[in-house]
Amino acid sequence: MTNEASFVYTEAFKNYKFRDNHPFNQKRVELTYDLLKSMNALNDQQIITPRVASDEEIALVHDRKYIDAVKRASDNKLAQEESLEYGIGTEDTPIFEDMHQAAAQLVGGTLTAVDAVLSGQTKRALNLGGGLHHGFRRKASGFCIYNDAAIAIQYIREKFDYKVLYVDTDAHHGDGVQWIFYDDPNVCTLSIHETGRYLFPGTGNINERGHNDGYGTSFNIPIDAFTENESFLNAYKESLTEITEHFKPDIIVTQNGADAHVYDPLSHLCCTMEIYEGIPKLAYQLANEYCDGKWVALGGGGYDIWRVVPRAWAQIWSVANNHGKTFSGSVPKRWLDQWQNESPVNLPTTWHDESSIYEPIPRKEEITEKNAILVNKLLEPIRNEQKYML
Amino acid sequence: MLVEEIMSEPLVTINSNDRIEEALELLNKHKIRHIPVVSENEQVVGILSDRDIRDAAPSILEENQNRQILQHEVSSIMTTPVITVHPLDFIEDIATIFYEHEIACVPVTKNNQLVGIVTEKDLLYRLIQLTGIHEQSSQIEVKVPNKVGVLPNVTKIISDRNTNISSVFIYPYQDSYHEKIIVLRIQTMNPMPLIDELKQHGYEVIWPNIPGLSK
Repeated sequence: MTNEASFVYTEAFKNYKFRDNHPFNQKRVELTYDLLKSMNALNDQQIITPRVASDEEIALVHDRKYIDAVKRASDNKLAQEESLEYGIGTEDTPIFEDMHQAAAQLVGGTLTAVDAVLSGQTKRALNLGGGLHHGFRRKASGFCIYNDAAIAIQYIREKFDYKVLYVDTDAHHGDGVQWIFYDDPNVCTLSIHETGRYLFPGTGNINERGHNDGYGTSFNIPIDAFTENESFLNAYKESLTEITEHFKPDIIVTQNGADAHVYDPLSHLCCTMEIYEGIPKLAYQLANEYCDGKWVALGGGGYDIWRVVPRAWAQIWSVANNHGKTFSGSVPKRWLDQWQNESPVNLPTTWHDESSIYEPIPRKEEITEKNAILVNKLLEPIRNEQKYML
Repeated sequence: MLVEEIMSEPLVTINSNDRIEEALELLNKHKIRHIPVVSENEQVVGILSDRDIRDAAPSILEENQNRQILQHEVSSIMTTPVITVHPLDFIEDIATIFYEHEIACVPVTKNNQLVGIVTEKDLLYRLIQLTGIHEQSSQIEVKVPNKVGVLPNVTKIISDRNTNISSVFIYPYQDSYHEKIIVLRIQTMNPMPLIDELKQHGYEVIWPNIPGLSK
């Protein structure tokens, strides 16, 4: 019998830790796990303990020399000049003990999720410890050492020859995954993110549409800073629906960074929990419609680990496991009692956010209009092709 | 940066006594907008742009188009004499030439021989590189007083955080002589602690800020 959904989890995800006070903090996954447990929404049969990815698996995407450098860095045996070439030992991605093992564990988590779905054991699987979309073939970047999402996609391609749709709703451009599959017509990437005008990594423009055979299978929606729920969701729904219909994937992989929330310290978008209900709902629905349910959901960014990430990620599980339904009402008291002392901010008591948590945005209408124009431009080639076929 | 570092080798040239029709074919085939016109011994004698040809070509609105016109020699419509530059000129000089003469292409000559060509597109490409956008980075803009020592102070704050700088450019703040904007692309995903520190040092970080709101 096929399960509705599986949840990949291990305490070892927390070993991926650069240093104290680094914004990337995998405690988020534990907080999410505990929130789901407090909701009685996650039972032990649904949890899968992940394996660690092998070097061969990591090398599906990454250069052997780079893997070797990460290993040497793990033992503190990498010279500084060399480390900078590989993007490690920087402020963003500092060297820490056993970093290879910790990073390979995250990749293993994502591959475990993929295996569970491909084997038919489960329809949908979550690995919230993964989604490290900035990693390049031979360079770490933006808190990401190994690009588990790209490795998983390549793994799916080689094992099953499925057409993969990758959907990235992190506030930052999913550049690593995009460039790795830029010329692959069987992997379609869609990234919706805050414009790279100011925000890292700077790319993700609408004209990045793919290369050679892959031309037309890379999509980017660089929405304006200070975009709010309605405009974000419109852009997401319109583009994802039409792109899925056009590309007809066999499986959907989503990167669910939760840093587009107004509380997030690293981006300038002004969304609230509303988008974190809408995002998984549509992914769920389209996976059912086109992929016989097959959906692998990953984590990603998310730097308000107390007020935003646990609720946002718990909603993905709720949607995947409970027929597309989201949680509503109050956040369980047990969870609040458990963590409030440790949290430097007041924990949210409800699943929804009030719109009053931020000041009205002065140029809302212009921002909304600009985003809508962007989506039309993005989808123009698909729409033209459809007209032509009629 | 020197002209020889950014020029393209001229793949396409035309002879002054070739026909306009041939020039038109070359423009379309290579998707270019300018062709240097050369003499037998590779000396540049003029330049032909798509606009020159359009001026000479029959109107598409005319019912009976006079295709005969395209049989004239290139020399009859080319621009001559032509403004050229030397491989050792600076690219800023070309920007000035484009701006002053309102043109978009110059042939590069050495010993009177054609050795390259630079178009506005080449120049824009360099300009984009100047902004550092081709490397993964975040952008911040800092308003600073226009005085000695400010730039090293700002960059030291960044380098003390072991963060690499992709690019720096500086422009005047509105019309003020007393203030400048430093635009930095820095290789970090998390510029927030740095922005806080710059503010603590009394610098005004003018982006990110909500558009339409004063800080």
